[in-house]
Amino acid sequence: MQARGLVKTYGDRKALRGVDLVAEAGELVAIIGPNGAGKTTLLSILAGILKPDAGELGVDGGAVGWVPQQAALYRRLSVEENLLLFARLEGHDDPQASTEEMLELAGLGARRREIVARLSGGNQQRINIAIGLLSRPSVLLLDEPSVGLDPRQRARLWEFVSALAGGGTTVIFSTHDIQEAERYGRRLLVLADGESLFDGPADELREAVRSEAPEAADRDFETAFVAYLQHRGH
Amino acid sequence: MRWLLLKDLQILRRSPLQACLLVAYPVLIAILVGFAISRGPEKPRVAFLNEVPAETRVNVGGQELAAAGVDDRICARVDCVHVEDRDEAVTEVESGDVLAALILPADLVDQINSLSTLTPGTPKVEVLVNQEDPVKAQLVDERISTLLAQANLAIARRIAIEGGRYLELIIDGGKFEVVGQTIPILGLSASARILEALGPALPAGPLRGSLAQVTEFTARARDNLDVAEPLIKRIAQPIVVEKEVVDGSAPPLEIFAIAVAATLTLAFVTVLLVAGSLALEREENAFSRLTRGLISPAGLLGEKVLLGVAVGLVVTLLMLAGMQLFVPLRWDRFGLWLLAILGGGGALAAAGAALGAAAREVRAVSLLAFMVTLPIAFLSLIPSGAVGAGVFDLVEVVTAVFPFKPALEAMTAALDPAGSGIGGPLLHLAVLIAAYGLLARFALRRFAAV
Repeated sequence: MQARGLVKTYGDRKALRGVDLVAEAGELVAIIGPNGAGKTTLLSILAGILKPDAGELGVDGGAVGWVPQQAALYRRLSVEENLLLFARLEGHDDPQASTEEMLELAGLGARRREIVARLSGGNQQRINIAIGLLSRPSVLLLDEPSVGLDPRQRARLWEFVSALAGGGTTVIFSTHDIQEAERYGRRLLVLADGESLFDGPADELREAVRSEAPEAADRDFETAFVAYLQHRGH
Repeated sequence: MRWLLLKDLQILRRSPLQACLLVAYPVLIAILVGFAISRGPEKPRVAFLNEVPAETRVNVGGQELAAAGVDDRICARVDCVHVEDRDEAVTEVESGDVLAALILPADLVDQINSLSTLTPGTPKVEVLVNQEDPVKAQLVDERISTLLAQANLAIARRIAIEGGRYLELIIDGGKFEVVGQTIPILGLSASARILEALGPALPAGPLRGSLAQVTEFTARARDNLDVAEPLIKRIAQPIVVEKEVVDGSAPPLEIFAIAVAATLTLAFVTVLLVAGSLALEREENAFSRLTRGLISPAGLLGEKVLLGVAVGLVVTLLMLAGMQLFVPLRWDRFGLWLLAILGGGGALAAAGAALGAAAREVRAVSLLAFMVTLPIAFLSLIPSGAVGAGVFDLVEVVTAVFPFKPALEAMTAALDPAGSGIGGPLLHLAVLIAAYGLLARFALRRFAAV
């Protein structure tokens, strides 16, 4: 996936100011930044939900899967009914087979007949992602996928997502959790006020923090990152 | 689209309480409204004392009528509480158990019978009233006044006929019975003939001149009293009502009540279901996912309208089938019923979609649907003349903008074989479908926004 010079304006406010992003096949890219940085706007543009005011966007083959921040599921339907519905809407030749495949991938085969509203947030998020995968995307976009999950659920979620990336799917996710981004993101894109401040591996970000905010370099990564943002005027 | 439709029906099936409320509540309201407008006001409770002896017969104009039947006629118009005497009647009225007491005195029939005699009396009835409840007191006044007016009219007709008979006797002569004796009456016509015959027999002079004057008077009186007879009969009912319908054709009350009940049911089911189901897509965060290539916003609106029309059609037809138990309906007009339900349901569903897209949250949508539908439905039932001309014009405009009134007109036309055509209301509904469809599509542009 390649995005060049993306610009998006809401009224007088510039949500994105010429952001670039390139993600290779099987890469896990984390988009981090404070509230209002433009993370969700960038993902929405990459997903095709929003149109950019300027810039170019391209995907080399395959579809783009979109997993919104809040689970986009019908809570009164069962796990299987949700997957079957979206497989049918995607126009799959054999929706039942696709459903079985996603149930296995999400590890929810045993709970297929359970009403979604009765599942934990973590399991709902896994179905949410599984639905995003029904379009057989080469790129999967996740908007803050771990919000509201407990540590155990997070661990299972990231295990699931990492396995997808291991299978060749490009995964781009946004998060507020710096540790999570550092741990799972192979590359980090730092946004603040719609501006791209950094794009590279976590180690390079640490170095950048150390050089730009040396007074916070020995503290935990999140504190150092906040100092880095302040040093850059955000 | 069919998979989304199936999904919505599945969700509806998973929420039996919600589904029951969605159907039962509007049906209940519809039946209550239909019942209320199809029956007259409650009969007022009136204490009734008839002191007229049972064997007495009313004799007016030589015709005898049984006085006993009067009880049934009175008690058909008021809820009679039979009392034994005047004191009991007073007690009943004072205690508030009854709103009034009607007392027919023992000499009532004699007084009525005297009206056709040469010494007429004044028949009187006694009415005791309790004006505690002004609305019911007015109702009692109206009912008793109507009863007395009807009785007075019947008696006046008899008296007029009797008066006419006396005139005929005076003009043409005949026999008159009084105090058991039959008295022959010569009559003006015969008198005139006799007087004319006597004239030539008298010698010329003042006596013959006087006889000529009497003869002329007798002839004129005969001729002019002929004219007076229909005049006297007309006095009994001087004003005759000639009713002519110049605009509108009122359907039978029970048909109108069924049309109101069916349209109310259709309106609530359709508007609530479509608005709620559209808002649910947003609450479940599914809207963005669906409209990202799986279905277009217009397609989603179409699916919701189809859902509303399908469920509204089933519920309304079931309701009409239930009504069949109480009022015979013309099933040979089933095709027109379908047209009315589909047209009305389509416009109401489009309005529901616009409401759902504008309000966006299920709770807000449900409240808004009730707040809009119920007042509009009641405004649509206001007849012309019930409010001032300016206010009625405003009501007409408001009710024309919402689909309830044209849907009611279409339903009434479909149910009433003697009613006006269904084409006009259907055209109106088609315009509203297009207008609300555009509004809903416009409102969907900001639907997914937080």
